[in-house]
Amino acid sequence: MKLFHKMSALVLAFAATAVMAQTAPDAVVKNVANEVLAALKADASLGASPQKLGAFLDSKLSPNFNFTRMTALAMGRNWRTASPEQQKALTAEFKTLLNRTYSSALAGYKDKAIDVRPVKMAASDTEVIVKTSIASGASPILIDYSMEKAGDSWKAYDVTVAGVSLVTNYRDEFNNVIRESGIDGLIKSLQAKNK
Amino acid sequence: MKSLFVVLPALMLGACASLPPNHQLSPADPYEKANRSVGMFNEIVDIMFLKPVAKAYVTVAPELVQKGVSNFFGNIADGWSAVNDILQGKTDKAGDDLGRLLLNTTFGFGGVFDLATDAGIDKGNEDFGQTLGFWGVPTGPYLMLPLLGPSNVRDGLGLLPSFLFDPISKLSSGATSFAFTGLRAIDTRAGLFTTDALLNQASLDKYTYVRSAYLKRRENLVYDGKPPKTEDD
Repeated sequence: MKLFHKMSALVLAFAATAVMAQTAPDAVVKNVANEVLAALKADASLGASPQKLGAFLDSKLSPNFNFTRMTALAMGRNWRTASPEQQKALTAEFKTLLNRTYSSALAGYKDKAIDVRPVKMAASDTEVIVKTSIASGASPILIDYSMEKAGDSWKAYDVTVAGVSLVTNYRDEFNNVIRESGIDGLIKSLQAKNK
Repeated sequence: MKSLFVVLPALMLGACASLPPNHQLSPADPYEKANRSVGMFNEIVDIMFLKPVAKAYVTVAPELVQKGVSNFFGNIADGWSAVNDILQGKTDKAGDDLGRLLLNTTFGFGGVFDLATDAGIDKGNEDFGQTLGFWGVPTGPYLMLPLLGPSNVRDGLGLLPSFLFDPISKLSSGATSFAFTGLRAIDTRAGLFTTDALLNQASLDKYTYVRSAYLKRRENLVYDGKPPKTEDD
C-alpha cells in the first residue's frame, strides 16, 4: 500500500511537470510557431486562400494571443475614447490584420528552423519575454514575444521583430487615421484593408 | 524607349504628395510632404527598374551565385562594421568583425564564402550612423532619400564616410566600379522581397508604417538591442 502511495505520488509529480511544461510561456511560443510553420509548409493552398488561412490562424492564435490588449496597445491614448462596441470592432479587425501579417512573416521563413530560447523566470512572474531566432544567412532574425499570465495559461500581447513591435508600430498610423476620420474611420480603413 | 523619356518625367512630376487638410505633422518628420514625394519617386523607380531586375536576377542566377554575391558585399560591410566597433570602443565586437573579415577574405576567397558564420562568429552590423548615435548625436528629422530610402539626418550623414571609403568606388576602372555598384543594388533589392511583401500586407499607410519601423529599428541598433524603455511601451 505504501508503495502504491509512493507510486501515485510519483505519477502525479510527473503529470504536474508535463502540464507545467505544456503551459510554460516558451513552450506556448514553440508550439504555436511550429504548428503554423508546419501547416504553411504542408498545405500550399493555405497561403493562397485568405478565408482558409484566416480560419486556421484564428484557431491556432486566438487561444494564445491577447488581441484586446494588443489592440489597446496599438491604439495608445485613443483606446479609452472608443466605445465598448468600437473597441470590439477594432479588436476583431486588428486581429485579422495581425493574423495575416504574422503568417506572411512566418511564410517568408518556412524552410527555416525556429530556435526558442528557454525562459528563466520565477514562479511568481506574470509577464515574461520569450526570445526566439530564425536562422537566416549570417544574421538571424530575432523575434521576441511579450507574454502575460492569464489564469493558468500564457498569452502573447506583443510580437517584436528585430526590435520593431508589430503592435505599437501602428500607433502613428492609427493616430493619423483617427485624427482625420475618427475611430469609425479607423474601423472602416481596417475593414477595407482586410477585405 | 522614346515613350519612356516622356512618361518618366511625367511620373516624377505626378509623384507630388499631398497631405489631408487636418493632417498633423509628427515631430520626428517635419518634411513629411517632401519625403512622401521622394518616397513615391522611389516606388516608381523600384517598380519600373529595380524590382524587375532583382526578380530576374533571383530567377536566373543559381542560388549558390546569389549567396556568393551576398557574402562578397557582406564581407565589405563586416570591414566597415569593424571600423565602427572600434570607433565605439566595442573591442569584443571589433574582434569578431575583424576575425570574420580576415577569415572570409583569405580562406573564403575574397568574401565569396562566409566561413566565419559556419565557424560560429556572429555577424556585426555597425555603421557610422550608429557610431554617431552611440556618441549622442540626435537623429534629426526623418528623411526619405532618393533611391536609398528611409533615413534621417544623422544616418544620412553617416552614409558619407561609407561612400568615401567604399572599396568598390576605389576600383581602378569606372566601368567596373559602376557594375559592382549595380550588382550591390540588385543584391540588396533581392534581399528585400520578403520585407517588402510584409510591409505591404501589414500597413494601412505604408509611408507611416515604414517610418515608425525605421526609427524604432535604428534606435534598437544604436542600443544594440537594449533601447531605454519609453513611457508608451
